[in-house]
Amino acid sequence: MSLIIPCPHCGARPVQEFVYGEIPVVPDDLTDPDARDVDRAFMRANPEGPTVERWFHAYGCRRWLTLERDTHNDEIFSAE
Amino acid sequence: MNEFMERQVKLTWHEPKASYDVVIVGGGGHGLSTAYHLATRHGITNVAVLERKYIGGGNSGRNTTVIRANYGIPEAVRFYQRSVELYQRLEEETGRWIMHERKGLLWLAHTEAGVRAERARARVNTAFGAETLFVTPGEIKEIAPEVDLTGGGQWPVLGGSYHPQGATARHDRVNWALAEGAMERGVHIHQRTAVTDLLKEGDRVTGVMTDKGPIHAGAVVSAVGGHVTALGRMAGLRLPIRTHPLQAFVTNHYALDFHPIVASMSLLFYASQTARGEMLIGAEIDPQPSYSYRSGHHFLQSCAFRAMTLLPFLRRLRILRQWTGVCDMSPDYSPIMGKTGVENFYITTGWGTWGFKAIPAGGEQMAELIATGETPELIAPFALDRFARDRTLADRGSAGTH
Repeated sequence: MSLIIPCPHCGARPVQEFVYGEIPVVPDDLTDPDARDVDRAFMRANPEGPTVERWFHAYGCRRWLTLERDTHNDEIFSAE
Repeated sequence: MNEFMERQVKLTWHEPKASYDVVIVGGGGHGLSTAYHLATRHGITNVAVLERKYIGGGNSGRNTTVIRANYGIPEAVRFYQRSVELYQRLEEETGRWIMHERKGLLWLAHTEAGVRAERARARVNTAFGAETLFVTPGEIKEIAPEVDLTGGGQWPVLGGSYHPQGATARHDRVNWALAEGAMERGVHIHQRTAVTDLLKEGDRVTGVMTDKGPIHAGAVVSAVGGHVTALGRMAGLRLPIRTHPLQAFVTNHYALDFHPIVASMSLLFYASQTARGEMLIGAEIDPQPSYSYRSGHHFLQSCAFRAMTLLPFLRRLRILRQWTGVCDMSPDYSPIMGKTGVENFYITTGWGTWGFKAIPAGGEQMAELIATGETPELIAPFALDRFARDRTLADRGSAGTH
């Protein structure tokens, strides 16, 4: 479904106006610096469920927002 | 092969055993193909395929059925060409009509940079065994007279590449043919059996826990689509996979014959005609990572608009239905196959939007890996550890969907 993101500055806008930004979380038990770099560059948490992510409103206010979204059904809990 | 030679598909269902030599998680094309090739090529038949829902119900039944090998890097061209050739023999081999039809695939370029890319593609393909020709607008008009070479005045067609071996096949029939072929030789396929955890002894995987009880296995293969990150986590692996929805739609019946598959690099859509005469059109993945199967109107509107720009006859048709699949996108737009670093646990994933065409070769190579314990040369470049070794296989321009 076309996702509608409630931008706090511009109101509800279609996802095509935004650029996705993942918040990379490198696991703490990964201690080798090289392995941490690889993890940060390539590995994804890819959760199925509620997750916090960043979106850049490229075709709107050009500000970053933080979105809380359930990736299972695209339900949006909060945007700020 | 045709409909007059058909007989009923014979699928025999069993109760799960306590242990198997090989357990394959995921009853889609790649899982079934791995089981089929283990049974036919290596005589390993003590194999179980576990499927959460029903076989071929995930992306194997949701794709747009294009078979091609016109990739942009040598490793991929070689691998997909193998798959194209196996597809051409699959009807003869399985005795099943999979409705394989050679159509020829046209990739259109609308910019000077695009023309250069298609010239390079033709060269790389020819050098590594896949037949691809650079074509001028005049030749494109001969292959597909329906294409508007002015691109609605905005997207003029400056050239393109033509891949004569491009084909389509009926996706459900491919799944059934492989399932039947595997079952005939003694492979067990268990539908509605979800894997809830992996059984481990130290760093070694020794089986799977399912909602119907534990099953021990000499080797566990992940052929999961969509939820592979969860299965990887059970094995203690972090995977470079992000799951995105991909939508597609078909129109009502187009009365004339539209033979080739047409794709555009700039407009990001591809169109072909199904055996029923419907025009099947797909486009790029959705921008948000999601596991949701919901389709939307925005996609229909934008994709239909782009398709009509190059194929004006489409505007007389009506959209019949649309659907969504979830794609495992890897960072370099190439698949991930092989050993994982966890003993007895093999993986075939990252099939993003290019999985259907790879079903025969992917299964064949995975089967060889499991049977011999050695990674076949054809898939060695696609190993999971390529990211840590700085050997990524970037081929975004050949995915056709981004």
